[in-house]
Amino acid sequence: MAEIAPFVRHEMLPAEPAPASEAGVLHWLRANLFSSPLNVVLTFAGVFIVYWLVSHSAPWLMHSVWAADSLGECRAIIAERWGPDATGACWAVIRDRWHQYLFGFYPWEHIWRPITVFALLFVAIAPVLFSSVPRKLLWFTLAYPLLALWLLWGGTIWPEVMIAAGFGIGALGFMLGARFGSLGAISLGTLAAALFWVVPAAPLEHALAAMLPIGLPEVSSDQFGGFLLAVTVGVGAIALSLPMGVLLALGRRSDMFLIRALCIGFIEFIRGVPLITLLFVASLLLNYFLPPGTNFDIILRVEILVTFFAAAYIAEVVRGALSALPRGQYEAADALGLDYWKAQRLIILPQALKISIPGIVSTFIGMFKDTTLVVFVGLFDPLKGISDFVRADFAWKGIYWEPYIFVGCIFFLFNFSMSRYAMYLEQKLKRDHR
Amino acid sequence: MSQPQFDRAIDRSHMQVADEIAIQISNMNKWYGQFHVLRDINLTVNRGERIVIAGPSGSGKSTMIRCINRLEEHQAGQIIVDGVELTSDLKNIDKVRSEVGMVFQHFNLFPHLTILENCTLAPIWVRKVPRKEAEETAMHFLEKVKIPEQALKYPGQLSGGQQQRVAIARSLCMKPRIMLFDEPTSALDPEMIKEVLDTMIELAEEGMTMLCVTHEMGFAQAVANRVIFMDQGQIVEQNNPHDFFNNPQSERTKLFLSQILGH
Repeated sequence: MAEIAPFVRHEMLPAEPAPASEAGVLHWLRANLFSSPLNVVLTFAGVFIVYWLVSHSAPWLMHSVWAADSLGECRAIIAERWGPDATGACWAVIRDRWHQYLFGFYPWEHIWRPITVFALLFVAIAPVLFSSVPRKLLWFTLAYPLLALWLLWGGTIWPEVMIAAGFGIGALGFMLGARFGSLGAISLGTLAAALFWVVPAAPLEHALAAMLPIGLPEVSSDQFGGFLLAVTVGVGAIALSLPMGVLLALGRRSDMFLIRALCIGFIEFIRGVPLITLLFVASLLLNYFLPPGTNFDIILRVEILVTFFAAAYIAEVVRGALSALPRGQYEAADALGLDYWKAQRLIILPQALKISIPGIVSTFIGMFKDTTLVVFVGLFDPLKGISDFVRADFAWKGIYWEPYIFVGCIFFLFNFSMSRYAMYLEQKLKRDHR
Repeated sequence: MSQPQFDRAIDRSHMQVADEIAIQISNMNKWYGQFHVLRDINLTVNRGERIVIAGPSGSGKSTMIRCINRLEEHQAGQIIVDGVELTSDLKNIDKVRSEVGMVFQHFNLFPHLTILENCTLAPIWVRKVPRKEAEETAMHFLEKVKIPEQALKYPGQLSGGQQQRVAIARSLCMKPRIMLFDEPTSALDPEMIKEVLDTMIELAEEGMTMLCVTHEMGFAQAVANRVIFMDQGQIVEQNNPHDFFNNPQSERTKLFLSQILGH
């Protein structure tokens, strides 16, 4: 048997900095680009692909023309400046038609209205996105949708006031019902609001409109287009689909058979059908089911179905996060005597939503890009609807890349911001630091 | 099995068992599907009693104490906690749950809330205590479990033993009349077991009614006034700790004790 040499350590070793070969540019190059023969090959292949892309697109981009009245004029300028074989980008089309890409056919004399709504959007979402913004601003956030509705479509202010009043009465009902528990509060609140909207709201609105015709000139939905349309549908659907998706996810995990069955049916149906089908349902079929003579706005119809679509996806993302939470969290909440809604609101959802941030943001981004599909029901989305309209003009017939690049860049700006915000939020909510 | 030595004499002056009944379980049965987990459980717990429940894994000890605050539903028999019978009536369940504290094997602290928020959440939302008062109570109990300086940290920043002490403080903030412990030290490193047991002993010294599922036989000997041994979903033996350990009656108990105390 081997002899064991007794050993006792009397001083613990301090931590020392890593050797210099573990840092520096050369080390980085060797480790990341030239670590193995395969890596060397991949590095050179990558460099070649980048070179090929740049060498083909750079001349086209450098030969950009901004001032021209038609595609033909663009081409003439390019041929004159850089030779007959040169290709170049004709951004003059954007310079000529940017307002249509942004606002569609919104009357130019009222263009301050969508601009104000867009500017106020940032004020409204600031308290939701950043906890350092004063909480009082949340009241503005609550009022914002109605304000935006009124500014964008115009008309008298009374329909929006009636909607707000309904919510106020609902809140009153909620507070009165609170003494019968969470369920009592929710049912009484909903009932009070619904009753108000169904019975006295319409005659009251007419009376008020007759007495005090405060309002803006009406703008109809077919004058909306471009990014005004995409953002209106997108922001609305984002704001509505998150709470709806959360409720669907909770419903799908409910112990109550009927609620669970309804939620599963809804989610599976909406996810199983292409969005375009749903949009056709919105534009064509919905009219058959509604009582004759009802004028149900096309943007509102599209909005509702895009919301349903996004909500079904969000429900599944959130359900995944709910299943990922340890059962102990539910049990601890139960053991402390929290009822179902309080446990969900205070314990379960804050954690589940944090886990599902990447999935939810992906859904939002996908849904925002999908708003371009409204072109199939005759609305002017920025990508195809407006571009086709622009190309229908003889001056811009044949223009192809430039509008798509322009529209793509704006979409990227929106979506990249959402993605960055999601990363910021994840970082902020991180709790597992030691 | 190592016996933790408690470094001080245990003060038994408040450990009086009252005549008042805290929990009454009669003829209680429970099934998981076709599996009969709990069979004809009869147990009466008086106020101030410290009961340790022992037994091999799968014997139904955790399930039994989880029935007491209805984390598990029983299918037959009766459970009356503090005079309230547990039925499917949600009002009664919430009432019992707010009177009965529970400490879990895996702590189950809320990781998105600070230690202080963990402790104030239930008093504020269930008991409707004003925030300031709830925070004072929370700090009081955090001091009691000897970690007031961690109040603003998050659970992920604490050691297992500290987390379990927070879990105990969180339960105490609801001012419960009964405390249930479901293997509170089983997920802890040996170094941390003692700090949690010390906290539990202190609680016992103040006269808290406690039901504790544990494998810490030293704790049972030091604190319990009754030890219950369970096997195959049934109560096999119960006795005072002295007689339970020195003079077990059933063969099953003898076998179990020889296995856990054998080395």
